[in-house]
Amino acid sequence: MTRFTLKGLTLADGSVANIVVSDGRIQSIGSDVAGEEFDCSGLVGLPGFVDLHTHLREPGFEQSETILTGSRAAALGGYTAVHAMANTHPVQDTAGVVEQVKTLGDEAGYVQVQPIGAVTVGLEGKQLAELGAMAGSKAQVKVFSDDGKCVSDPLLMRRALAYVKSFGGVIAQHAQEPRLTENAQMNEGPVATELGLAGWPAVAEESIIARDVLLAEATGSRIHICHLSTAGSVEIVRWAKARGISVTAEVTPHHLLLTDELARGYDPIYKVNPPLRTSKDIQALRAALIDGTIDIIATDHAPHPAEAKDCEWAAAAFGMLGLETAASIAQDVLIDSGLSTWARFAEVMSQTPARISGIAGQGLELVAGNRANIAVIDPKAKRLIQGGGASKSSNQPFGGMTLPGAVIHTVFRGEFTVKNSKLAK
Amino acid sequence: MKHLLSAADLDRHSAIELLDIASEMSGVNEREIKKLPTLRGKTVVNLFFEDSTRTRISFEVAAKRLSADVINFSAKGSSVSKGESLKDTAQTLEAMGADAVVVRHHASGAAHALANRGWISASVVNAGDGTHEHPSQALLDAYSLREAIHASPAGQSLEGLKVAIVGDIAHSRVARSNLTLLKTLGAKVYLVGPATLLPGALTAQADGFSYSLDDAIEDFDLDAVMMLRVQLERMTASFFPSEREYARIWGLNGDRLSRLKSDALILHPGPMNRGLEIDAKASDSKNSLVLRQVANGVNMRMAVLYKLLAGGSIND
Repeated sequence: MTRFTLKGLTLADGSVANIVVSDGRIQSIGSDVAGEEFDCSGLVGLPGFVDLHTHLREPGFEQSETILTGSRAAALGGYTAVHAMANTHPVQDTAGVVEQVKTLGDEAGYVQVQPIGAVTVGLEGKQLAELGAMAGSKAQVKVFSDDGKCVSDPLLMRRALAYVKSFGGVIAQHAQEPRLTENAQMNEGPVATELGLAGWPAVAEESIIARDVLLAEATGSRIHICHLSTAGSVEIVRWAKARGISVTAEVTPHHLLLTDELARGYDPIYKVNPPLRTSKDIQALRAALIDGTIDIIATDHAPHPAEAKDCEWAAAAFGMLGLETAASIAQDVLIDSGLSTWARFAEVMSQTPARISGIAGQGLELVAGNRANIAVIDPKAKRLIQGGGASKSSNQPFGGMTLPGAVIHTVFRGEFTVKNSKLAK
Repeated sequence: MKHLLSAADLDRHSAIELLDIASEMSGVNEREIKKLPTLRGKTVVNLFFEDSTRTRISFEVAAKRLSADVINFSAKGSSVSKGESLKDTAQTLEAMGADAVVVRHHASGAAHALANRGWISASVVNAGDGTHEHPSQALLDAYSLREAIHASPAGQSLEGLKVAIVGDIAHSRVARSNLTLLKTLGAKVYLVGPATLLPGALTAQADGFSYSLDDAIEDFDLDAVMMLRVQLERMTASFFPSEREYARIWGLNGDRLSRLKSDALILHPGPMNRGLEIDAKASDSKNSLVLRQVANGVNMRMAVLYKLLAGGSIND
C-alpha cells in the first residue's frame, strides 16, 4: 500500500492544504500528514488531466507512437486519462480492436487509455460500425469519431446521432466538408494565396458544424465538435447552445497559440488538420474558452515520424504533438492572461472532458474518498520547448518557444507516474 | 545572391542588374560562337518533377552557353517514380557534384525546401513550384517589356508601364511572380479574370482588377497585356462553365486587340491554347512578344546562373 502526502499544495479554489494519498484514494485534504512527504509549496494541485482527443497510433503505426510511449508523454503532461482516436490500422471499429487498445493501455499503466470507436466501418463514411458492440465491450466505448475524416453524409450522421442515444454515446465530429477541402493544404486566406498553397476555407468547417448542431437538435442527441478552429465556428456553437442544443466543443492548444503565418517558411511541422488559422480566430477561440462556449482543451496529439515531415509541404502528413505542452498553453490562455481561474482550468483540462466522455474515475474533484488522480504543476516555471519529449516522434510545433508552467508530479490511481518532472516508473 | 526562389528576393536594384546582365548575354547569343567560358567546371542539374520542355531546354541552353556541365533529371522513369523523396533525390545529385539545382516541382515551396532545410548546399533556382512562383519567367517577361519600350534598355526600369495579367490568376505562378517583379520595377499591374480565379489577396496588391477583359481594356489604358495559359484541370473543376464561354469573355481576340492602344504589347508565357485564351490575330500580331519571350528566356537564365554561380556583377 502506497501512502504519501503532497504538502502545502495550492488548490483550484486558492486554498492551501496537504493531500494525503493512500491505497489509490485521497485519504484526506487538510492539515494531516502521512507517509513520505513531498513539498508542494507554490505548486497547484488539480484533478488529473483528461484528453478527449489523442492519437496513440497503435495498432498499425508503431513507427509514430505506441500506446506505451504516448501514455508516457501523457503522464508527463499531467494527464491521467487519454482517449485514443480510432484511426489506427486496423481501425478501432470493432469490439475486438477497442478491447485490445484498452488492454495495451492498462499494461502500459501510465494513464487510463479509453478507446474511441469509429462511427463508420473503416472510417469510410459508408456504413455504421458496430457501435453497440463497442459500447458493450470491455472497453465501454461511449465516444465515437471518424476523426481525420468527416462523417460528411448527412443521412449517416443523422442515423449515428440517433443510434448512440440508446447507450448514452456521443458523436465527436471532425467538421470538414470534403468537397470544399479537396487537396487543401492550409488556411484559406492571404498567406495561402501568397504561398500558392491550396486554401482550406473556414466555411468548410462551419457549414458542417451548422448542419450537425441542427441534426443533433432534430434527433435529440448529443454532439461534440472536435478541434474547433475558426471564429465563425465559435459563433455557431454559441448560437446552438443558446438554443438549448446539446453540443460541446473542443479547441486544441495549437489553435490557441499558432497562426497560419508560420506556414511562410513551408516547414510542414506547421501542417495540421484543421489548419492553423489567423490571429482573429485565435482571439475568438480564447474568448470562447474563457466564457464557456468552448468546453474543453483537447490536444489532437498527432505523432508522425521524421520522414513524414522532412519533405515538401504538400507531401507531408497533417498533425503535431501536444500532450506535454497543453497545460502550459491552458495556463497562458486562462491564468497568465489574468482573464480566468484555476477552477476553469480544471474544468477545461479535466472535469468537462471526463463528463463528455462519461469515463469512470476521472475528472473528479480533489476531495477525500475520491480516486487519487492528480496533476501538480508549477505555474511559475518557464520551459524552453525542445524536441518531442517522451513521444516516439518529434513533430513539435512549439520548439524554440518558452512556455509557462511545468508539470511536477502526476499521480494516477494513487501512484506517481511522474515525480519531480521525471517518469516515476 | 545564393538562390533565386521568388521574385520577392529581388529589389529594384538587383532586378535591374540582372536584366542588364541578360542584355550583355544577348550579345553572346548573336555571336557566331555562342559560348562563354564563365561556368566551365560547374555542374548545373535540371531537376524536373513536372513536364516542361520549354523551361528545361531554356535553362539547359543557358547553362551550356556558359560552358557548365548540365545534367537533366526528370522524375518520370527515375527513382522518384519508385518513391524516392525530394530530399534523397537532391542529396544524391549533390553528392555527384551539382553546384546549382534548377528545380521544377508540382508542390508549392519545393524550391524553398531545397534551399532552406539544410538538405543540400548547392544554389537553388526555382523554375516553377506548384501554384507559387516562377521568378525566371517574370524576369524574362520584364526583360522583353523593357527591350520593347526602351531604345537603350540598360539601367532602365518599367516605371509607369501599365500591364494587365489576364486569366487564371489564382493558380498561376507566372502571375504571382510577375505581379511582384513588375511592381518592383515600377509598373502598374492590373489583374483580370473570372471571380473564381481572382483571389482577393492578390487583387489587393494590384493597382486594379476587373472581372471583365473588355472593362479592363476600356478603363486601364493598358500598355501591355499578358495572357495566361488556361490549364485543362481548371475546366473540369467548375471555375468557369466552358471553354467557349471563357474565350468569349476573357480571350484576347482580334476585336479586343483593335480596342487596345495601337502599340500595346502582347505577352504569353506559352504554350498557347490558340483559340482559347488568345487567338491567332492577337498572338501573331506585330505587337506580340511571344517569340521574343522565348529568345530572351535563354539570355535571362544565363544571367541568373551567372549571378548565382559566378557571383558579382558582369564587370567583375
